[in-house]
Amino acid sequence: MSRPEDLLPPDLFYNDSESRKYTTSSRIQKIQSDMTHRALSLLNLTHPSMILDVGCGSGLSGEILSQSEEEGTPAGPHVWIGFDISSSMLGVALEKEVEGDLFLADAGQGVPFRAGTFDAAISISAIQWLCNAESSDESPAGRLSRFFNGLYASLRRGGRAVCQFYPKNDEQKKMVSQAAVKAGFGAGLLEDDPGTKNAKTYLVLTVGGGELDGDITGVVKGMDGVDVMDHRRRTKDRKRGEDRKGSKAWIVRKKEQMEKKGKVVKATSKYTGRKRRIAF
Amino acid sequence: MKLLTLNFLTCAIKTCKSTPASFPLHPRDAELEIAETDLNLAFLKSILARLLWPELRTICSEFGLPTLPESRPEPADLVDPDSSEGEEESPSQTARDLHRVLLETCMREGKLVCGNCGHEYAVKEGVANFLLPAHLV
Repeated sequence: MSRPEDLLPPDLFYNDSESRKYTTSSRIQKIQSDMTHRALSLLNLTHPSMILDVGCGSGLSGEILSQSEEEGTPAGPHVWIGFDISSSMLGVALEKEVEGDLFLADAGQGVPFRAGTFDAAISISAIQWLCNAESSDESPAGRLSRFFNGLYASLRRGGRAVCQFYPKNDEQKKMVSQAAVKAGFGAGLLEDDPGTKNAKTYLVLTVGGGELDGDITGVVKGMDGVDVMDHRRRTKDRKRGEDRKGSKAWIVRKKEQMEKKGKVVKATSKYTGRKRRIAF
Repeated sequence: MKLLTLNFLTCAIKTCKSTPASFPLHPRDAELEIAETDLNLAFLKSILARLLWPELRTICSEFGLPTLPESRPEPADLVDPDSSEGEEESPSQTARDLHRVLLETCMREGKLVCGNCGHEYAVKEGVANFLLPAHLV
């Protein structure tokens, strides 16, 4: 499968003809709308919200955001602000008279909104473009970190962001999610139809605080077909200081180890591992 | 671009982020238009607490719009007190005015100028250009 990211930068790739093709293709419309609905279900919004659409393009996802509850958007209609780097795409959006406000901006240059602006953010098929740097004075890591830092600041506490993207490989997936974690997000990757050609990767991000319960695992709790892979060290289970180096328990454990190796070990007594009295 | 958006927009340049002068951006040679939309009371209520009222007043006076009241309305002011209980809440005149200012008044053409660095962001057909040259990122 050819990846448009490898061919040209986004502002040049999505020229007038390509933007029109993208927007009028019923296949792409269907995929985009499915993914937007999926992202909205992950956001779990309860009241009409202020939403940022990163890489809004011609407003395919935005149109869904401004639909009302009866038309299938949970807690809609939402008010959204979208930005995209391709002026042709925005031109198509203007022709369609979408309801959100549009900006011509590069997500890799940051998010120009004051702190705590948005309730939520979505991004459909956009952030893989950030993994490419077009000139030598910028790097993919730098662009990603500027984007996620800006996004983190502009979301309110307890806000959420869902970014669907097409990672080129596992390395890229890792780079994106690590950049998000570094910016302060609680991040989780969710994959729909894994292992197939239509695999879709969603990066679900949470901002701590607010009414959100716990961490990212709370978002996917109770969802079908989601395995929670929690690699965090369980610090709570281990009592603090129990096995600290130099403690009695640690000394006894080490002595056992040595005994098993066949070394001569002094017997354990009530004096083992005891602090010496301060002599003076 | 809605006036609501202007109440959240700051200068995109990194060095400006830390200074208070970078918000709000000041409109210049602006051309306004009214785009009618449906009133969404639940949204107005939720966004009200997030608005920076003094800055909204500044922007309105810079646009030459009628002055807004000194203090921000309370969420209770947005609901029409005459609406009978049990029914859906109906918006009051305050809510309608707020909706008019925030969501229906749009900036169509002009420039937005940062109060700190003086960078000008062009607005054309309601779309602002926030692309920065590489040396400013």
